[in-house]
This record gives sequence, structure tokens and C-alpha cells, in this order.
Amino acid sequence: MQISFTLNGRPTTVDVAPATLVSDLLREQLSLTGTHVGCDTSQCGACVVHLDGAPVKSCTLLAPSLDGATLLTIEGLGATAGSNGLHPMQEAFREHHGLQCGFCTPGMVMTATALAAANPAPTEAEVRRGLEGNICRCTGYQNIVIAVMAGAAAMHATSAGE
Amino acid sequence: MGQVIGIGAAPKRKEDQRFLTGRGNYVSDIKRPGMTAGVFIRSPHAHAVLRGIDKSAALAAPGVVAVLTGEDVAADGLGSLPCGWGISDAKGVPMKEPPFPMLAQGKVRFVGDMVAFVIAETLEQAKSAAELVNVNYEVLPSVVGVLDAVRPDAPQLFDDVPNNVCCDWELGDKAAVEAAFRKAAHVAKLSLVNNRLIGNPMEPRAAIAEYDPGKGHHTLWTTSQFPHVVRFLMSALVLKLPEHKVRVVAPDVGGGFGVKQFHYGEEAVVTWAAKRVLRPVKWVADRSEGYLSDRHGRDHVTEAELALDENGKFLALRVKTLANMGGYLSTFGPNIPTNLYAPLLGGVYTTPAIYCNVKVVFTNTVPVDAYRGAGRPEATFVVERIVDVAAAEMGIDRVELRRRNMIPKEAYPYQTPVLVQYDSGDPMGCLDGALVAADVKNFGVRKAESARNGKFRGLGFSTYVEACGLAPSRFAGRLGARGGLYESATVRVHPAGQVTVMIGTHNHGQGHETTFAQIVCEKLGVPFENVDIVFGDTDRVQFGMGTYGSRSLVVGGAALSKAADKVIVKGKKIAAHLLEASEQDIHFEAGKFSVAGTDRVKTIEEIAGAAYVPHNYPLEILEPGLEEQAYYDPVNFTYPGGCHIAEVEIDPETGIVTLVNYTAVDDVGTVINPMIVEGQLHGGIVQGVGQALYENAVYDESSGQLVSGSLMDYCVPRADHLPMMKVATHSTLCTHTPMGVKGCGEVGTIGSPAAVINAVVDALAHLGVTHVDMPATPNRIWRLLQNASLPVAAE
Repeated sequence: MQISFTLNGRPTTVDVAPATLVSDLLREQLSLTGTHVGCDTSQCGACVVHLDGAPVKSCTLLAPSLDGATLLTIEGLGATAGSNGLHPMQEAFREHHGLQCGFCTPGMVMTATALAAANPAPTEAEVRRGLEGNICRCTGYQNIVIAVMAGAAAMHATSAGE
Repeated sequence: MGQVIGIGAAPKRKEDQRFLTGRGNYVSDIKRPGMTAGVFIRSPHAHAVLRGIDKSAALAAPGVVAVLTGEDVAADGLGSLPCGWGISDAKGVPMKEPPFPMLAQGKVRFVGDMVAFVIAETLEQAKSAAELVNVNYEVLPSVVGVLDAVRPDAPQLFDDVPNNVCCDWELGDKAAVEAAFRKAAHVAKLSLVNNRLIGNPMEPRAAIAEYDPGKGHHTLWTTSQFPHVVRFLMSALVLKLPEHKVRVVAPDVGGGFGVKQFHYGEEAVVTWAAKRVLRPVKWVADRSEGYLSDRHGRDHVTEAELALDENGKFLALRVKTLANMGGYLSTFGPNIPTNLYAPLLGGVYTTPAIYCNVKVVFTNTVPVDAYRGAGRPEATFVVERIVDVAAAEMGIDRVELRRRNMIPKEAYPYQTPVLVQYDSGDPMGCLDGALVAADVKNFGVRKAESARNGKFRGLGFSTYVEACGLAPSRFAGRLGARGGLYESATVRVHPAGQVTVMIGTHNHGQGHETTFAQIVCEKLGVPFENVDIVFGDTDRVQFGMGTYGSRSLVVGGAALSKAADKVIVKGKKIAAHLLEASEQDIHFEAGKFSVAGTDRVKTIEEIAGAAYVPHNYPLEILEPGLEEQAYYDPVNFTYPGGCHIAEVEIDPETGIVTLVNYTAVDDVGTVINPMIVEGQLHGGIVQGVGQALYENAVYDESSGQLVSGSLMDYCVPRADHLPMMKVATHSTLCTHTPMGVKGCGEVGTIGSPAAVINAVVDALAHLGVTHVDMPATPNRIWRLLQNASLPVAAE
């Protein structure tokens, strides 16, 4: 079947089998391999993308549900941001060493930006709860939590200054 | 010109840009022209005879390219998966080493054992066809636990391995220990289980192979921590291919923790299959497939006894352990619960006599091998738990008892009674630092506050020492290593002065691209942005042993430092020629070669230019080019150590243990990049906290099925399980590594399980609780509380 949606700001039309998962569509058909698949039970969150602005686990979403929607992946996040192509949340992860092996990072960053969009100044506890659906095995989460709080502040400062 | 960022600075990581923008290059991201998809058929039974495999229906299914089984492996005369360590018992009898075929032959020995490989045009077709392969199993009784496996009537995995005992291993002076126990004023005893773990790097394992019939070349992309070792083992011993015709690439790898430091059957099968079908073949594990095939960790059952004199001085330690090996010997398997365990039973203490007996046992479970810390967390857990037990029984304060037995800073180098000699350390300094950082003196106030809220609060201490920087080859060879354990690095200075380093370690989260670049900056005085680190490709990197055992900086960094020194030596010769001075008068500092006492200077960029355009160059005595290689074999292990303090709060209503504070003061030697070291400590600590509170690989005893077979059943720590940790370093310098480094990848995982469990026991001590096995889940704690005569709640 044919579906049309906005992908990282661009109108996109693809032919997909109806049972295709969004994560597979992105990775296999569209070669957007920044969205990762780390489990098969919707637990790890490495595959989080934004569907109409909301964070969703793309490994648990069927491609036909994208029809008419707007999808943002990690590849599109920094496209309109600063000089090095990093969104303030990506920049905060870099600044605060919120990543090690990088595998959970795209999902973490996508969850974090959605969290910060909904809550411009989250507390540590709110960040920790908000990341419950994203597993990182490297960092012990400490620097991720610090990065998300800093990233939220930076997103807010950026948008306030515009 | 960019900044020179050397040792001790904390630049942001070079690797982050690609990971943050989704531009990493992991194995599962790779596509090759004409690529096929493969899936493994794995045994659903823990123990069974293979009576036959009918693949005819699968072969007729749409898109199927091939179905390969153990019979095909045997017909091609391929070898079995090798074990890299051969241990022996006290009489020198070598361990039992049954073959580990890459696809099962005759029998399957664990749920997940590989039976067949189905290759099709698409993954869906391969999965559908796998359903059509009819495997005829004759199911046998199975055994999953070590205590059951060594019983005389236990099911036998191998005909020639009586009682399933691979090796009855020992270390230490048994007679001296017995003599010490006879004169002891007090003997503390403890039975404990070190729970079985599954490493769970976030990236599942994957492999892609391709064969070029024109050149006879094989390429394997694999999620490996040590591509050169995979190439060597797979080509020389399994597939029997000429090594120079095999390229192994481990690109970006999404975490390892030991899980990816073995040569897996999947790698060999995929490589072999790609040549058979003359198409690239790709296999990517599902997470649940990983649970059934990634090597597991830990899984010990231990009896320990500590003998003390009337003042609490440790006289001797006696430890008996049954260690689970699973169904076959994995790459490092038998080395972990023996050589990486018993030599650490001295801890940071002056215990004069130690004896350890380890029965290494086969069971119908996934093979067990190294997982972050590997043997050393198990040793630390034994030592630090039994010290707490002894303190409680003798009525001596836990910290005071540790102090009385600690090796004083002045006593280093310190020879332990169990092989290893610690070169440096200051355990008392780490303890003192941690006591202050954890605000131990006000713990009573916090405990009283918890009590007012109806909660039990506990404080737990753990000191530790580890042996890492694997490893001095000669020493390791005496212990049974079948390979070398050195590392290599090449420093290539390009004509315009930029530097590429080719190094045999592998970066999968540790930040090597940044740390190693800092070493180059420090040594050669070149800008940070002008240094690139290349790893993970046997066609680009000369050789290497890879990354595990906190060895990358210790052994790889030393090789890099040595190679950079060689560049300087050659640079001085070139500078002497250009500056018309004698080589002895050339001084090198901060990227500049100068003639001592003059203002005549050549930069390293100018020297590199002269080396590659040798018009004015001493060609009679010196080769052109500026590229040097070094191999480094360490003279000893390194011995990071430290003190961790955990503080927990337990809700008696639910049994939930909450980690409320965590403090670590670690001695990791010289710190190259404090930001990265801190990140390593955080991650390591949380993996240890996971073992103590959440993680447990559980097998059903009657069926041999893995019950904790997904992320929904096996609890890895989440962000909301944890407090902000306080970590600090209190470093003494390693006396034998070039930069004084000791390694930091595993220390967190080694110190934390004992600290957390000691805190849990402390919180429950008023109820008569003396030990809690890991993980201290709400269920386990709640049951303990029901059995204790719980005083009426605070109100």
C-alpha cells in the first residue's frame, strides 16, 4: 500500500507492506539507520521517534498509521539547529557526557526533547520517571539526567530568545 | 591552529557527533549488494539427542537459498569453537574440554544451542522457512544448577566428563590455611550465591559476511570487542582459512561488557555460509535470541570461612566454589572463576594464608563467560560479605575491622599469598575519603529519620582491589592462556602533520577516540582536532587483542605511548640533520624540536614534511616517512582499588529496597580524561547495583527453560531506580605502566554488589538477618521480613 507523510520536514510517499513496522520502514526502506532496535518487547526505547510531536516507540507502530502524519527522527532533529547541526538537547548530551556507546542515544534524545517540550524545567525526579521507557546500559543514567535537565533549560532559553 | 589537549583535560568526545545525529555505523546498519538474510534455528530443549533434521519443506519454501546443519559442518571438516584458556587441577590433569561445534552435532545441550541456519532472500522468508525445518529431538533429562549437576545421579552432558566436572581447580597453601584455622579465636562462615547475569549491551549481536571469489577473500562484519582475535580463532581453528584472506571488521559496537569478547558460532557460520551461497549473508539477533545465546556471567555457589585472632586480625581465608560453565566452554570460560577469581581473594587485606577450591561444572544452560568485572566482583563479594559477618559476630565495628587488616600504603609493593603482587595502592586513603564523602558520621540522623517514616535504613561498605590490564603474556601463559595478551599501536604522522593512530583495542563506548587522541596530543604536541584513532578493522589495524578486562588504556595506551616515543626518536634524527646539530642536542617539547641553548626550531609538522619530501634528508642513515609501530606486553597486572559506600532504605510493607545514596572513591592511577573516567565509574556502579538489586537469570529446574528470557522478565536498572552517585578518584600511580594508569572500566561493577548487599543486611540486622542473596528483590526481602519476627510498625 502507498502512504504519504512528512518525514523530517519533507513530504514522503512510500510503498509498504501493511504489516511493516515503522522502525523497519525507516531502517530498511528509507536507510535512516539512526533509529535503533534494541529489543523485541518495546522495553528499551532505542527506537523512539516523534509522531505528530509525541514520542512513540517505532518498533511497535505499523507503517500505515503514518499516513497523513508528521514524523521526526534523530536524523531530522538537528537539521534546523545550530552551526554544528546539533539540537540543544543533542548539544547537552555531548556537553555532559550523556552517551557512551551511542546505541540508546537516538531514542534517549528523542524522548528527552519531547519531555522537555512538555515540561520546560523538569526536576531530577521528573526526568528519571520520564526516561523509564528508555534503557541505557553504559552510563548509569546520571549524566543523561543531568544532560536532559540542561538540554531542557537550553531549549527553553533558545525559544525564549527567538 | 587547534588546541593541544593533553593528559588530565576533559575535552568533549570526538565520537559523539556521529552518535548524537544518528550517523553511527553499527553492524545492523550495513547493507551489501545482493545481501541475503539468515536466521538460526535454536534448540527449544535443554538437553536432547538430535535424531534427524528434515529440511526438504524449508528448501522448497519461497526465497530460500540454503539450510545448513551440523552435518554440513562435519562434511566440510570444520573445527569446533576453541577455548582460549586451558586450566588444570591440583595434580596437573588438564580440564575436560569437549568439542563445541558451531552447529550442534549429535546432541543439543542448552535451550538456544544452534541447530540449523536458514538463508533466504528476505528475513521474513527465512523466518517462515525456519518454521518448516523439522528437527526430531529425543529429549533427555537436564540439569541447570551447579549443586544438582555434581550429584552422582545427575544427567550427564558429556559421556567423558564424569559428574559434569570440567576441572577441580585449586589455588593456595591448603596446609597453611588449615594450620591457621586451628589456632583461630573466631571463625566466620558464610554460604552465598553469586547470581547468574545476562550482560544486555543495548545493541544485540549481529554478523554480516561476504565472500569475494575473485580474490578468495572473506569479510566478516561483527559486533565484536576483539576483531583480530575473532579472525585468528575463526580462520586458524574453526573454518581453517588462511588468515591473510580473512578480514574482520567490528565497526561501531553498541556496548559490550564482555558479552562481545568471545568468538561466537554465529560468526563462523555466517562466514562459512557466505562462501557456500556466494552471496552476502546478514544475521541480526533479536533481544530474546540474545538472552538464549549471549554468554551469561557469574553463577557461583560458594562456602567461605574466615579465621581471625582475638583482635580481629585475619589469619586465613578458605573458599569453596562451584562455578557454572553452561553447556560448553566459551572463549575465556574456565579462566573466569579460577584465575580471575581466586587471586583476588586477598582483597586489600593482609590475610596471610588463602586457599580456594573451584569446581568448574557443566550444566544445560547458555555457556558462561566473562561479564564486566569477570571473577573479580565474585571475589570481592565473598571477601567483603564475610568481613561484615565476622565484624557482626565479634562485635567489632565494620570499618574498624577493615582498618585493622588493611595493607598500609607503605607496604606496597605487596605480595599476596595467591600469586599476585600489588604494585601500588592506598586502601586506607580511599576508605577515609569515602567516609567523608558519604557523610557517614551523620548516618544515625538519617537512619532515625527513616525510622520515623516506618523505613529501615542501612549503610554498607565495600573495599576492593582488582587485577586488570590483561595481561603479562608470560604470566598468563603459566596460568593457562593459549594466546598472548599484549597490544599494538601504529602512529602515522601524515606529511602535513596530522596523525592517524591504528590501535588493536576496540572502542564501544569507552571514549578511546578521545582519550587516545589526548595521549597523542600530550606526546607529540599536535592539535586535538588533528588526531584520528582507527580501530576495529583487521585490514587497517596491524594486530590487537581488543578491549576487555580494563586493558585498553593500560596495555593499548602503553603501546600508543611507546609508538609516539619512537616517532620522537626518529623526529630528533631528522631535526638534527635539518638544524645541523648533533642528535644529542635536540630537545623535543610541545611539538617542537629545538637545538638546546639556541632558538633554532623545527615543528613536528616541518619534520613530517621533510620525512615525506626527503630532498634535504639523511637518506644514507634514515628511511623516509614518519610512522612507527609498537607492541607492548605489560610486566604485571594493574591493581585499581577503592572503597564504595551504599546507603539503602527498605520499606517493610513492600520489601522494596531503594538505593538512596552511593559514594565511590577509586584509585585508578593516572586519569587521562576525568569526564570519561567518571562516566565509566557511573556505568560500572549501576551494573553492580543491577546485580545486587534487580538482575537475575533464572532457569526452570525441571525443563531447563530460561524463565528470564526478555527485558520484561530480566530487570536491568532504569533511570528511576537510582540516586545521584558521588564518585571521586584517590589515585596512586601504577609503578610499571608508562603513564601510571591502572584502568577504570570494571571498578564500579566490582565494588558495588557487596556495598549494596552489606547495606541491605545492615538495614535488616535488627531483625536477626545476617545475609541476603542477590538480587535483593522486593519479593525476597518481603519474604525475609515475614519470616523474621517483625516488630510492630513504627506507629
